[in-house]
Amino acid sequence: MIVNVLFYVFGAILVLAALGVITARNPVHCALFLVAAFLNSAVIWLLLQAEFLALTLVVVYVGAVMVLWLFVVMMLDVDVEKLRQGFTRYAPLGALIALIVVAQIGLVVYVRKLGLDDTAAAVVNRPAGGSNTLELGHLLYTQYLYPFEIAAVILLVAIVAAITLTMRDRPGQKVQDIGKQVAVNAKNRVRIVKMDAEARQ
Amino acid sequence: MIDTIVALWLSQPAWLRTSLISTGQILAVTITVILCVAYTTLAERKVIGYMQVRIGPNRVGPFGLLQPFADVIKMLLKEVVVPSRSNHYLFVAAPLLTLTPAFAAWAVMSLWPGFAIADIDAGVLYILALAGFGAYGIILAGWAANSKYAFLGAMRSAAQIVAYEIAMGFALVGVVMAAGTLNIGKIVAAQAGGPGSWYWLWLFPLMVVYFISGVAETNRAPFDVAEGESEIVAGFHVEYSGIAFALFFLAEYANMILISALSATFFLGGWLSPFEGYPVLGDIALLAAPGLHWFVLKTCFFLFCFLWFRATFPRYRYDQIMRLGWKVFIPVTLVWLCAEAAMWVCRIGPWAA
Repeated sequence: MIVNVLFYVFGAILVLAALGVITARNPVHCALFLVAAFLNSAVIWLLLQAEFLALTLVVVYVGAVMVLWLFVVMMLDVDVEKLRQGFTRYAPLGALIALIVVAQIGLVVYVRKLGLDDTAAAVVNRPAGGSNTLELGHLLYTQYLYPFEIAAVILLVAIVAAITLTMRDRPGQKVQDIGKQVAVNAKNRVRIVKMDAEARQ
Repeated sequence: MIDTIVALWLSQPAWLRTSLISTGQILAVTITVILCVAYTTLAERKVIGYMQVRIGPNRVGPFGLLQPFADVIKMLLKEVVVPSRSNHYLFVAAPLLTLTPAFAAWAVMSLWPGFAIADIDAGVLYILALAGFGAYGIILAGWAANSKYAFLGAMRSAAQIVAYEIAMGFALVGVVMAAGTLNIGKIVAAQAGGPGSWYWLWLFPLMVVYFISGVAETNRAPFDVAEGESEIVAGFHVEYSGIAFALFFLAEYANMILISALSATFFLGGWLSPFEGYPVLGDIALLAAPGLHWFVLKTCFFLFCFLWFRATFPRYRYDQIMRLGWKVFIPVTLVWLCAEAAMWVCRIGPWAA
């Protein structure tokens, strides 16, 4: 019973936060609403006893991705007027994408009725004291090893690609040579000059 | 009299008793941590004072022991200035956002054998999640203040925290590999068998990386460029005054204590006794028994290192901080994870059994 109450409370906050993401005027506020949405969906996963997914969502998205997002959004000087210019032109496309997303969510719910869904039983009937992390680990490193490794390699390629795209050597660029800086010692920097004392006037 | 109280207690429904016990535990731990924070500020001034051949605060109370309370009362009586062009809600919320994760993390700490407020299986993940959340307070404080200095401090802090969080996470992966569990109490229990089997020995590079990253995460000297008095006045909290400023201060020290406690738990065997496994000394029950006092002692050691660093090292340059985080610490942790895998194959160290 109490789980149901919690679900509706956090679900309502999640929906409100999601609405906030698209309606807030200030981009920083949008990003913060998105953080709130992530936190609430993490709580909903916790209610499903999927603590590994819930906490990983917070670690990865709230702790790293959104911090970098905020970093970028705060430095941008967003011109809201300019952003709104093409609203009527792009509205139909936006509506279409929204429809597709709603249809997909509907299909996910509908799968259960077709009897194709074999996750529901697995989620609900867990013995008390079982570790969600342990079970996920067993599955990922046995049954789904190859898909998991392939996903990891794809992410690695994406990292390499992102770094290659942003590493640019411009002419006249000033960079520190760390090796030289570390190798510096006092003799290279300070010259002590010995001289006789001046005679008293 | 006692019988009636016991009877009254037992007659309450189970959920009420559980929630009352939990609330009591939360209050006890939180108030203890707050008092520790107060005395850490005093300890810092005293320790650094003696390191610099001064005496430190000694006017308020015997040996200056009431100094933290005098400071708090002074801060409470000062005006909290909210800049007129700032973002008011975020400006007020930011100090709370920095403070909350530092206290919330204590929920899963294993304080003595068998005790944690919430003995959850994913304890390490919970700690990592809260550590990530802690970055928001500083970033938002810097942005909401609508000041260039504060903003620069916030940007520096954000980049620094993201960089060092990865190294910290990898160091914890090594600990989890060795212990085979994410539960903090079980990680401590897995280190049983005297100082030789604590993880500081087998995971030494990871301990160094973890603790130094912890110093960087808490924005402490020599990594305190987010405050950087000499170039950006006071960094992210330049616009804060009175008790709002004190909250940032409180959060910084609470985070220091937390990082020290975590380092003690993961690498120095938490509440395990250092005399365990030495039969000669082990005869004295008090010395060999695990308990809260060992945990506190080990935490104090790391806490002292925080103060020691501050009195010793000059501030890092910003590009050096980034280089240390990304190009030194992360490769070190990755190499040591491979070394751990090799130890596992050869059955040495924590995997000898």
